[in-house]
Amino acid sequence: MNRIDKFFKNKRKDILSIYFTAGYPHLDSTAGIIRKLASAGVDMIEIGIPFSDPLADGPVIQYSNSVALKNGMNLKLLFRQLRGIRKYIDIPLVLMSYCNPILSYGMEKFCRSCNSAGIDGVIIPDLPPELYVKEFKSFFTVHNLINIMMISPQTALNRIREIDKLSTGFIYMVSSSSITGVKKGSLKEQTEYFSKIKKMKLKNPALIGFGISDPESFKHACNFADGAIVGSAFVKVLGQEGENAGTIRKFIRYLRNKINVSNYEKN
Amino acid sequence: MKYKVNKKGFYGEFGGAWIPEMMYPNIKELRDNYLKILGNNEFNKTFSSLLNDYAGRPSPLYHAKRLSSFYNTNIFLKREDLNHTGAHKINNTIGQILIAQRLGKTRIIAETGAGQHGVATATVCALTGLKCTIYMGKLDIERQKPNVLRMKMLGAEVVPALSGNMTLKDATNEAMRDWINNPIGTYYLIGSAVGPHPYPDLVAKLQSVISREIKWQLKEKTGKIDPDYIIACVGGGSNALGSFYHYLNRKHVKLVAVEAAGKGIDTNESAATTVLGRTGVIHGSKTVLMQNDDGQITEPYSISAGLDYPGIGPFLAYLGKSGRVIFENITDNEALKAAFTLTHLEGIIPALEPSHALALLGKVKFRKNDVIVVTLSGRGDKDMAAYISYLEKQQPDETRI
Repeated sequence: MNRIDKFFKNKRKDILSIYFTAGYPHLDSTAGIIRKLASAGVDMIEIGIPFSDPLADGPVIQYSNSVALKNGMNLKLLFRQLRGIRKYIDIPLVLMSYCNPILSYGMEKFCRSCNSAGIDGVIIPDLPPELYVKEFKSFFTVHNLINIMMISPQTALNRIREIDKLSTGFIYMVSSSSITGVKKGSLKEQTEYFSKIKKMKLKNPALIGFGISDPESFKHACNFADGAIVGSAFVKVLGQEGENAGTIRKFIRYLRNKINVSNYEKN
Repeated sequence: MKYKVNKKGFYGEFGGAWIPEMMYPNIKELRDNYLKILGNNEFNKTFSSLLNDYAGRPSPLYHAKRLSSFYNTNIFLKREDLNHTGAHKINNTIGQILIAQRLGKTRIIAETGAGQHGVATATVCALTGLKCTIYMGKLDIERQKPNVLRMKMLGAEVVPALSGNMTLKDATNEAMRDWINNPIGTYYLIGSAVGPHPYPDLVAKLQSVISREIKWQLKEKTGKIDPDYIIACVGGGSNALGSFYHYLNRKHVKLVAVEAAGKGIDTNESAATTVLGRTGVIHGSKTVLMQNDDGQITEPYSISAGLDYPGIGPFLAYLGKSGRVIFENITDNEALKAAFTLTHLEGIIPALEPSHALALLGKVKFRKNDVIVVTLSGRGDKDMAAYISYLEKQQPDETRI
């Protein structure tokens, strides 16, 4: 069974997934950040593959992408950096990238490399479900990899059902009409959207992402979905305060301080 | 017609709509409605009356006799430079603004490189009273001041794109991000035959007025519909597709697309996409694009801001791959020289973009009886600084001024 599916069998509440960009702040930061996040007790990690034209990302992640590219990050190197990571951590690992770097690497080869590196899922914002099913699904199946699909507040009800049907792992709920790292829309609008989805009783778990940046927004997301994904806020911390274990642990603790936790942290 | 988009939005392997889910509802709305609107009588009446009375169509097909005898062949210029706002861009913006109105949109966003599409968009927004936001790379804003001022005078908000290399590619990213952030009431008025389906098809159809006119104009002037060659420059490909459109199935007409080689295709400073690029996904479309080994999109270069886009539209990529359209490329210097040749022989100052198409006249050996149509996609006012600086570097006799 895929590690993501297994994970959701045991836990469906207050899930915290953290995004960061591979190769940021430094080229060789990647493996260290993964291990520190895991030991700070996050539930899942999303590793961004930097791209020159990240269409769905706001300024913070755009910046981390361009620094990572300047540092020399690429897919081949990332897979090398991930080698052996499974000796140290057991939580689900997800890669996030846009189509072009993956197509350039070769989709089938990419799925194979993900599998050998211990990657469990992939998020490709500019790969629509229809094209995924038509062109790439077989590669994902063969290599035991989950393609995580997104929905947004504008996604029509029948399309949400369709995406739920095509999905495994979890559904990535974009919190508001926005690119990453931007807080938009009223709390009331968001609440209406979140509760609408909750009432739909989707077959897949759902994590809410985009604009989740502090204990309040994290808790609010957790009230309606299985958990949330924090990206820009963490990337900002890495850029401003650095990547040492204490900083990371402090930030994770801060994010969770409005929900009841006592035993998330591990050593 | 053999050459057209299929139901899923593809031209062979190229095309499609590779977009984030956040853009899906807007793209779907356009996809579900554009053919209906384009086929609507009321729309067509308004569209052609605006093309005629507002943009000044039909644009003349001019038999350039002195240029013809210089190259020892027969050259006709399709004068898109005489359109309102000075380029073919207005054909597309008039069509799309009418679509935006029919979709009930109240705000228009667009990207622009040199500012021509930005000006054409701001113009039709002023005409219809719709709000207008134009994204333009910060570098381009500095390079193209007059067009920025025109857009502002027309009432548009010009927002500098600060990401990436701060040119056309980044302005396009910013326009798409704006659409993600403002999914309701906003229409993205894209400027070339690029982007996710249905834009490449929509823009090609709106620009096809160029070749529709060439057919009857050429018949009037020469007695036959078909020239031997049609030559047009290519950035994203909207004037080229418009010029080729009604000739795609007329096999004996040679269709030539001219890319910008910049300082030369071996110099790392070039925009010759079909030579230097390979298949990939950019701005929602699978097409040929310039990228490094890791699939990072690289920054193209050309003296002409309208041609330095790292991709070409998927329709043209397909026409190139299938061999229907021949691709050539022309350097900065060849284009500059061609601009002066046309100016001296015919009293027409062309924009730098079609000067690339004109330069091909000096590189291909045409027969005396050949009939050649070159699309003059825009006028040279915006490029005076580049022309003056070229002039200052030449010996007086070389430019004959």
